[in-house]
Amino acid sequence: MTKKIMMKGNEAIAEAAIRAGCRLYFGYPITPQSEIAEYMARRLPEVGGTFLQTESEVATVNMVYGAACTGRRVMTSTSSPGFSLMQEGISYIAGAELPCVFVNVVRGGPGLGDIQPAQGDYFQATKGGGHGDYRVIVLGPSTVQEAVDLMGLAFDLADKYRNPVLVLADGLIGQMMEPVELPEMRDLSNLPDHSSWALVGAKGRKPHKVTSFNIDPHELEKMNKRYQAKYREIEKNEKRWENYRVEDLEYLLVGYGTSGRILKSVADMARGDGIKVGVFRPITLWPYPYEALAEVAGNARFVLTVEMSSGQMVEDVKLALEGRVPVYFYGRMAGVVPTPEEIYRYFVKLLEEG
Amino acid sequence: MGKAIFNPPKSLSKKEFTYCPGCHHGIVHRLVAEVIDELGIQEKTVIIAPVGCSVFAYEFFELDGTVAPHGRALAVATGMKRARPDLVVFTYQGDGDLAAIGTAETIHAANRGEKLTTIFINNAVYGMTGGQMAPTTLIGQKTTTTPYGRNHEKDGYPIHISEILSTMNGVAYLERVTVDTPQNVRNAKKAIKKAFLAQIKGLGFGLVEVLSACPTNWGMNPVEAMTWLREHMVKEFPPKLFVDKVGDG
Repeated sequence: MTKKIMMKGNEAIAEAAIRAGCRLYFGYPITPQSEIAEYMARRLPEVGGTFLQTESEVATVNMVYGAACTGRRVMTSTSSPGFSLMQEGISYIAGAELPCVFVNVVRGGPGLGDIQPAQGDYFQATKGGGHGDYRVIVLGPSTVQEAVDLMGLAFDLADKYRNPVLVLADGLIGQMMEPVELPEMRDLSNLPDHSSWALVGAKGRKPHKVTSFNIDPHELEKMNKRYQAKYREIEKNEKRWENYRVEDLEYLLVGYGTSGRILKSVADMARGDGIKVGVFRPITLWPYPYEALAEVAGNARFVLTVEMSSGQMVEDVKLALEGRVPVYFYGRMAGVVPTPEEIYRYFVKLLEEG
Repeated sequence: MGKAIFNPPKSLSKKEFTYCPGCHHGIVHRLVAEVIDELGIQEKTVIIAPVGCSVFAYEFFELDGTVAPHGRALAVATGMKRARPDLVVFTYQGDGDLAAIGTAETIHAANRGEKLTTIFINNAVYGMTGGQMAPTTLIGQKTTTTPYGRNHEKDGYPIHISEILSTMNGVAYLERVTVDTPQNVRNAKKAIKKAFLAQIKGLGFGLVEVLSACPTNWGMNPVEAMTWLREHMVKEFPPKLFVDKVGDG
């Protein structure tokens, strides 16, 4: 057992990636995640890895594409405006079915916005920020420890499905320090074998071609059908969520990441006042755990969704509940983090309004 | 059966080219494949194709390969080479890809001295999309988006990528060539070989700019196009050896 140490979220994310076997990092500085790049610049040479500061996020995502073509574990990290710039490349990566990991430490938007924690990139992350029919696996950590754990999962899922995986954090997860327990270093000789498709030189075999391209629509549709079959498989196998104090609930709070974590305090406050409130916190934002949410919300008088946005995930909550339970929304935008007290006040107001 | 005295290069695939009559891509593909064969690097070479007429290039070579997003070939190549420094990685790009949408990637890959090789086809026009203005389109040249001729007041000037890159310390081999005569074809092959050697020897970035004809989009027959290339393109983009850190050894 390793013991717990205090680490800043961004640095813990970087160390977790290295321990998951990632030895390749490409990135461009942007607040509030630059500590990931700085940590990688210092740490990767110690473990025989490669760090490269790129000229832009556009170059970054394409370097990730090139590195992923060789089958080695590779990642980048960025924050909202930078993630927007990467969307074209992510679409290509999804189409070429390349395993790699992205971290978006989300800040306030739109546009230049600010550098405070926000959740306004949910649509972009989960509904496809780039062109075409593709999906990215999206994981939403709510603590530094969970961010560490999800980094390891992200690399494993990327390899398992040959698909990009996004860890959707926010400025709070990135910037705060918390005690974490880090996993052991992965044995690099034991990572998944990609030799059946990787571009490493056609020695003693036919050449491998990696592409999202086919000029024949019928052939391209076949490729698309293959992607879709994979996405259905991911939906079947990989949904993850956390239920908090949901037994005997009468009201359900739903939130992910930082707001999901804050909702636990709100539920505790309500329980302290004798109101039976539970929390549903999706961990995979794609695939979204619709069925699990429908099940836990089945007996709720109403559902309150809370996000650090104008209301994006709430659309998935409504899809899950299909009008069977009233769904309300409370949000703060632009980098303002809601307090448990203000959320509780809003909840009580909803109760009183009946 | 007699003994074969002339064969296609091993590094070219059997796939039929999609290029128009009189286009120079075919010549340059063959030269690249011959160089790869002669250097004995087929089994460790990867091609990064661009978006443009040579978007299928990764299929035309008997090599591992991929196709990059438009303009990003050198970023893809950088990622690949950094992940696997034992590979020989080359990009094959047109003027729109390399000198317009991909200018930043081109300049920074060269400036970092990436151990990569780039074949840059400059034909002064966008081919694949049907003959629009390229960053290298000549002043006065008519294209579908400069129907009155390129006007520097509105469209700026033809960009000289090789001249720009020649100022960079990361560049180990840089030459502009033509393939309009047998002698120039031989010279172009020598340049391509050196641009690969710059990578293989770990000296830095190697690029060969090939002035190429595009009869289809220039609205000429192949002979007229070759003449136009000699009379106009060569004047704007004089063939020249800019950087050679490879030497003759």
